[in-house]
Amino acid sequence: MNKRWYMITLVGKDRPGIVAHVTHALYEGGCHLGETSMMRLGTSFTMMMMVQYAGTAKALQKVLQGEAESLDLHLHIDSIEGGLHHHHQPDVRISIYGADRPGIVAHATGALTEAGLDILDLTSDVGGTEDTPIYIVHIEGRANEGAVVLQSALDIIKKEGVETQLTPIDTLVG
Amino acid sequence: MSFDIIKYPDKCLKQVSAPVDTFDFKLQGFVTELEKTMRAGPGGVGIAAPQVGCFQRIVIVDVSDMRKLPANSSNNGCMVLINPEIIEWDGMTMGREGCMSVPDFTGNVIRAEKIAFTAFDVQGSQHEFNSEGYEARAVQHEVDHLDGMLFLDRLVSRRTDLFKRKVYKQIKESPLPESGEGQA
Repeated sequence: MNKRWYMITLVGKDRPGIVAHVTHALYEGGCHLGETSMMRLGTSFTMMMMVQYAGTAKALQKVLQGEAESLDLHLHIDSIEGGLHHHHQPDVRISIYGADRPGIVAHATGALTEAGLDILDLTSDVGGTEDTPIYIVHIEGRANEGAVVLQSALDIIKKEGVETQLTPIDTLVG
Repeated sequence: MSFDIIKYPDKCLKQVSAPVDTFDFKLQGFVTELEKTMRAGPGGVGIAAPQVGCFQRIVIVDVSDMRKLPANSSNNGCMVLINPEIIEWDGMTMGREGCMSVPDFTGNVIRAEKIAFTAFDVQGSQHEFNSEGYEARAVQHEVDHLDGMLFLDRLVSRRTDLFKRKVYKQIKESPLPESGEGQA
């Protein structure tokens, strides 16, 4: 039977051992991991994993059901195309930060997309204190219209009261 | 003719190379072919002898043709560095690195912003160099190959951002990546 690719999403309250238990269950179930993203967001732990598996999504669900229930994780599985070895290399890094308020990511990414940015990776954090939180966004992407156009977009975003910084990424190949 | 590039996970790339002790025509011929190999690769600004299966302390770095090199950045042109030794490190900066020996993957690595180093040329004369920025990064990347180190050994978390990396400013050598992990 040909192996198929699935995207597994697991989310639950963070506790020690989630990664070890989940990946062990996958390994024992005959799964092969592709690219993954696993991180703590707030007090939750989130996992997104490309997994190659010979069976159906229903069978894969059974492989993880026990661990997901015992760790109190929400489990979701989608069938995907796979597609390893097709990395896009970012050529710009953008940082945006300021006093937290609704709409920072929506406004910034809207303007940057208009200016030709293809986002490859975005992470954001809430720092500061509970009384005066600050929002920090980190983006890596490809400037399809060039960095000058992106900088113009950031100059407009800046007028909304956030600090922005654009840094070209010149990847060294040695 | 250029050499084939050895690619990780070939374990050869993790071995320490030996110093060159004979400066002869054979060495000069090897360096010529090594440079051709570097220039044949897409965007290659440096190469180390172990990448082609020669475990001697020889690297070539040339960032002078870099299309996007900042206008105010200085460089030493094409440097053939034999038995290179980095003797001074100053500052820390994060940059993106890839490697001909590690296709289809790039990652962020923290390197010294400025370095001073010594090396012999193909005739066996010793020279001292100063490099900064992109060239300094390339020299450090290539010298690492001579000690069996790949940029994969120095990756920092993608959540290591511009704010967190200030922590590293006082560190002179081999900074450890921040874990950035949750409990899981």
